[in-house]
Amino acid sequence: MSNVPVDTALEVTAAAAPIAAGPGGTARRRFVFVRNGKSVTGLVILGVFAVLAVIGPWIAPYDPSKVGVGTLLAPPSARHLLGTDHIGRDVFSQLLVGTRGVMVVGVLAAVVATLLAIAVGVTAGFLGGAGDEVLSAVSNVFLVIPALPLIILVAAAVRSTSNLTIALVLAATGWAWGARLLRAQTLSLRRRDFVEAARASGERTWRVVWFETLPNLTAIIASSFISTMTFAVLSQTTLAFIGVANVNDWSWGTVLYWAQGNQALARGAWWWFVPAGLLIAILGMALSLVNFGIDEFVNPRLRLAGLKPREMRQRGIRPRIGFTATVRDLPRRPEATR
Amino acid sequence: MRFLVRRVVFYAVTAWAAVTINFFIPRMIPGDPVQALINRYQGQLDTDAIQSLYVLFGLDKKVSLWDQYWQYWGQLFRGDLGISFSYFPTPVTQVLRSSLPWTVGLVGVATVIAVVGGSLVGVYLGWRRGSKADAIVPITTFFSSVPYFWLGIIAIAAFAVTWKVLPTGGGYDGNLLPGWSWQYTGSVLQHALLPGLTIVLSSIAGWILGMRNMMVTVASEDYVTVAQAKGLSERRVMFGYAARNAILPQVSGFALSLGFVVSGTLVMEMVFSYPGIGFRLFQAIGGKDYPLMQGIFLVITLSVLVANILADVVYVLLDPRTRQEA
Amino acid sequence: MSTTDDLTRDALRPPRAPGAGRPVLEIRGLAVDYGYGTRRVHALRGVDLTLHEGEVLGLAGESGCGKSTLVYAATRLLAPPGLIAAGEVLYHPEVGEPVDILRLADDELRASRWQDTALVFQGAMNSLNPVYRVGRQLTDTIAAHRPRSTRAEREERARELLRMVGISPERIRSFPHQLSGGMRQRVMIAMALALEPRVLIMDEPTTALDVVMQRQILEQIMQLRDRLGFAVVFITHDVSLLIEIADRIAIMYAGEVVEDAAADDVYRRPRHPYSVGLLHSFPPLHGPRRELGGIPGSPPDMGHLPAGCPFADRCGFVVDACRTVHPTLVSTAVPGDDPSRQVACLRHDRAALAAAGAPEVEVPAALAVR
Repeated sequence: MSNVPVDTALEVTAAAAPIAAGPGGTARRRFVFVRNGKSVTGLVILGVFAVLAVIGPWIAPYDPSKVGVGTLLAPPSARHLLGTDHIGRDVFSQLLVGTRGVMVVGVLAAVVATLLAIAVGVTAGFLGGAGDEVLSAVSNVFLVIPALPLIILVAAAVRSTSNLTIALVLAATGWAWGARLLRAQTLSLRRRDFVEAARASGERTWRVVWFETLPNLTAIIASSFISTMTFAVLSQTTLAFIGVANVNDWSWGTVLYWAQGNQALARGAWWWFVPAGLLIAILGMALSLVNFGIDEFVNPRLRLAGLKPREMRQRGIRPRIGFTATVRDLPRRPEATR
Repeated sequence: MRFLVRRVVFYAVTAWAAVTINFFIPRMIPGDPVQALINRYQGQLDTDAIQSLYVLFGLDKKVSLWDQYWQYWGQLFRGDLGISFSYFPTPVTQVLRSSLPWTVGLVGVATVIAVVGGSLVGVYLGWRRGSKADAIVPITTFFSSVPYFWLGIIAIAAFAVTWKVLPTGGGYDGNLLPGWSWQYTGSVLQHALLPGLTIVLSSIAGWILGMRNMMVTVASEDYVTVAQAKGLSERRVMFGYAARNAILPQVSGFALSLGFVVSGTLVMEMVFSYPGIGFRLFQAIGGKDYPLMQGIFLVITLSVLVANILADVVYVLLDPRTRQEA
Repeated sequence: MSTTDDLTRDALRPPRAPGAGRPVLEIRGLAVDYGYGTRRVHALRGVDLTLHEGEVLGLAGESGCGKSTLVYAATRLLAPPGLIAAGEVLYHPEVGEPVDILRLADDELRASRWQDTALVFQGAMNSLNPVYRVGRQLTDTIAAHRPRSTRAEREERARELLRMVGISPERIRSFPHQLSGGMRQRVMIAMALALEPRVLIMDEPTTALDVVMQRQILEQIMQLRDRLGFAVVFITHDVSLLIEIADRIAIMYAGEVVEDAAADDVYRRPRHPYSVGLLHSFPPLHGPRRELGGIPGSPPDMGHLPAGCPFADRCGFVVDACRTVHPTLVSTAVPGDDPSRQVACLRHDRAALAAAGAPEVEVPAALAVR
């Protein structure tokens, strides 16, 4: 596994390169919201998981479902990096193989939900009036209805609970938040001069939406994509854990399902349930980091522009609202310039 | 007033949508789940019960969908949610009645603690941004990123298995007789402690982060600067001007994210085998107990709606702009 | 700036309010940065400015020249990433030694605020807390500074203040959203006068209002000033407005004061090329019409200021030395000018030119109008 992060780090840097390179490029302007430390860190971690999702099944040392590749419930060792489960299956392989399920469901659900959110949110924001009322009410209904019991109900009713089904159900229940955000942003955009101008000059509505509105929504769209992916990953894991999803499809939640069902806790088999949860946490944190970066881009007040908190703390300067910080040992005259 | 009327209409629509979803989903179930039940409990099912289950699952082919829908509503208003398969022959309503208080007690109290505590911490963090307290932010991010149930597993591993100070699960000591005795109450509290703390720990992060960001945003509003310029005390500016306004989106956010939070806490009950509706839901999945699943979905949705109405009332009390006449 | 200058200037200026002439707020060498460390931008670069008792001092300049930054930094209300890097702001109490606002402890500063210096902010819309009634926002100010006053006294004072700015005292029960923009700004003015401060800072107090309302409010402020005798710092980008209401005007450019003179002198006898340009950008409210002209170019990027005069690139009177020598405030080189007026332009600064080894230049006629 040692060489994997390096590869992905490169890949992500390469992917991010057009952002950093070439002044004035459109990509640079369009994706500036991921150009800060937090977002980049998050994206790098996401990249690692994406690569693992692709190559995981190939680099897994054992077949994750093969019984008895090691002794039963063996703690981590050189042969089994994360030990074995109650019937001697390799936990490390299960997690590696399971990465794909988590990422596929997460990304697929997020893509579908984001498309739904754009369709509903932007339309509502643009239509205004009764159409807006109806679409907003629909998204609010979906927001208020608790998703998990609904998903359980649906998953129990449908015949197959494959990853695809789970992803679609998650998308169907998880689009509303993004739609709400996009509607609000579209509403405020619609009133701005350049959109008004485009409408007034008789441009077709779809052109106005596509060329004038959507490019200005990229940050919000990205943010809602990331939020939905977080929701989907957590929900998928939960569904797998409670046994609603197919327990023979490996994912991190499935590992926890088997661990929980087979007294991993009582037997003290920490290697069985701790790593899976940590993986979810790391993925979740990576997603949060990306969103923090986007939030700071969208809401400049969250930024401490040009102020490095740690450096300032060392010098005893604390930026505060209402009591402007002064440089310690404030000189009575400015040093240079004149 | 307009605000409240709109909200009431919205809740009516949401309740209707939930009931309608509940009506349609069982019709997607392949096969005839009721027939399987009848075969299993030969002769124990009376015809009324069978009829109500047929309405629930839409198996009565002679009746049109529209009439089925009305029958279903009629059944709902009589409080008839069918018979639980896994607790046969207990009616679903009775299963819900016995488990709902546990959930309301545990999830309700834990959520209130998390919201109040999280908001207070968020106020402090947002106000003192750039200070050492900012180090809490990555920690809270971690806790908001892990699934609730995993944190529950870790909590059990730590405090009930490795260090045996608290029970691993259940609502009370099984050797005790439920009643208003000190022993029983103590046992209930003891059993609620670990799941409760875990729920607080895992859900507080979201409230902290939300409140912190709102504080940071509101702190740069002009009226906060004016409050500072007026020479008001730090406490007054922080609570009366900044936090007092930052709490508003937090309240409406509370209403909207409650569904998500409740979902997470239901799973927590499963991990702790806590006798609330989350645990019943878990059992219902295992036993393919569709009527119970439906009933639970309905009850949870309606509870979330009630909580939303409460949040709206609070919002109206907090924000004079919603009280504007005309 | 030397103290003897102050004395002569005060002797020449006709006093307009009782007790006028003594400095009440003295800003010395105030430097403000946005950001810290390598990425900082100098927003103010050593500003000297004195406000005298009862005087109306106008601060003018284009957007981003630092006029708002100056007053917010001087009151320590500038929001992060603003950072005060150097200087002192001396407040002269009626009795006793002057205090440096920048070096006050938090609780001392809190006690001094609003009591000594009150502000009226630019955005009337956002200056009032939307969830509190107007009365509460007036009384909490009084309560914070007069802890021994009773509730009834404070309420009565709040009613009186509202009446003073021409608002019905019943409005004490209103929430901000129930008031019009003009009313809100009046409430802000009432609030500012609650403790009868000696200095009132107004940051574009009328920009968000319609023209009629602007007039009304301005007249009201001036009436109140005549009655209560506070000194005013009035910020606007509208120089013609200042000429009407101000006793003295300081023109700012790129984070510096470039001209500081009596209002009439600035209007009739501007000495800095930028002042000349600024005056020609606005139609005068009264008096003869004149041709409008703009100033070519745009203000410099504060992150990359040139070495010499920041206005050199846009100046019609630029000489070679302007590119290398940074001008400082000096007396004008026009005979017969008020000796206390100051200008930061090499065309007036023979000493600086000589020190830089540059050839001596004449003051152009356009900068020496009598």
